[in-house]
Amino acid sequence: MSYPGHIRLNMFQRALLAVGSGIGAFFNPRRADFIATLGEATAPGFIERLKYQMLSSKDGRWLLRHKPRITSKSLNVEYLRTLPANTLGATYVAWLDREGVTPDTRLPVRFIDDPESAYAMQRYRESHDFYHAITGLPVFVEGEIALKAFEFANTGIPMTGLGALLAPLRLGERPRRRLRTIYFPWAIRNGLNAQPLINVIWENNLERDVNDLRRELGIEKPPDLRELRKRKTAHQLPIPPTESS
Amino acid sequence: MNDAMSFGIHRLWKQQFISKLDPGRRPGGRPLDFLDVAGGTGDIAFGILDHASRMHGDYESKITVTDINADMLEEGKRRSLSTKYANSDRLEFLVQNAEKLEQIEDESKDMYTVAFGIRNFTDIPAALRTAHRVLRPGGVFACLEFSKVDNVILNTIYKQYSFNVIPIMGQLIAADYDSYQYLVESIEKFPSQEEFAAMIKDAGFQVPEPAYENLTFGVAAIHLGVKI
Repeated sequence: MSYPGHIRLNMFQRALLAVGSGIGAFFNPRRADFIATLGEATAPGFIERLKYQMLSSKDGRWLLRHKPRITSKSLNVEYLRTLPANTLGATYVAWLDREGVTPDTRLPVRFIDDPESAYAMQRYRESHDFYHAITGLPVFVEGEIALKAFEFANTGIPMTGLGALLAPLRLGERPRRRLRTIYFPWAIRNGLNAQPLINVIWENNLERDVNDLRRELGIEKPPDLRELRKRKTAHQLPIPPTESS
Repeated sequence: MNDAMSFGIHRLWKQQFISKLDPGRRPGGRPLDFLDVAGGTGDIAFGILDHASRMHGDYESKITVTDINADMLEEGKRRSLSTKYANSDRLEFLVQNAEKLEQIEDESKDMYTVAFGIRNFTDIPAALRTAHRVLRPGGVFACLEFSKVDNVILNTIYKQYSFNVIPIMGQLIAADYDSYQYLVESIEKFPSQEEFAAMIKDAGFQVPEPAYENLTFGVAAIHLGVKI
């Protein structure tokens, strides 16, 4: 046991967990634990790359040394609600409230053997709501898929790629077309060009203006998905990215 | 989860267990007092009462279900509401530690059953002695429990399945890897058929010949003992 809760799996167990979680996640995406275990089971070989990205950055090294967790205790959620609407903190809390989750709903990593790689995965998992805030992608399935594509381009975690590839099979033609023509191109372009989000110390940037942070990280806000879904016909031109949050 | 792990075979084991015991008041006999220990969810208890009424026309024998875990008993009570024993005086639920059974009087029961419970007891010999205490002379002790597979090749396959598949299944179906890891470890630790039969004898029971019956090549076994 390299860290509390750590379970070492052999190849067979890992494969079984991956396949079972994958099938489970496809048919029941509401079960966050399937996404979590799919991510952990398919991590070996890729999560180390993420860890090295952290080791190559000053902030990433700070994160690996201190291993801060994002919980309702570490973040003062009440205080964040008082911040101006254009700040990262206020945007983040708005996402939490809309989805009805708290920072505590993220499960602990168990099936990754190296403690630092395990932390990298934990950090990714707990930062996911900040990724929503910084990209402006909404929390329903289509937005989640677009975000997964972005995360795959930015972090390389296999589960994000698998999710982005397979989850659209459950969607109708119009959302799939939007993903194909607008959001996936946006996601790949921005995920690859942006700085590694895994190294961002979100806790130190809560009072910053969201758009400033986006510019610094190299992320352009995608077209407002909520707006696009309201349009009746798919062939209408997408509205250009706006600066408003 | 039990259905998934055992491919539904656990139901057959329980049916075989109850059939073998053939519980029920005999013609000219008096109503019986059954005790099912660590039987929280009630499936053995309901099976026993059903068998007694179906095979022997016995609508009077009673059963006490004990369990150390109040939540399991609540589940049993809840399930009993959809049987014909709902709120019946033939079914009684008590929170009890099987090693003591403080509320069960000496020599007050005709049959003591424990299905897939005894391997979790901290002090099995104490539980066996308590079973002996609460049974009337002539009373039967019956245990259905996981045991040792009698065939080397099958045992290897069984072990691989237990340790590689079951905890993962537990994680996928119940989001609970740890409980199922505990399950397969507790099965591994439980004494063999012969060792357990000796423990039953040590508690004062007379053990029939053969002392046990293997089910599914020994994955499970039924042990019996009679209080003389």
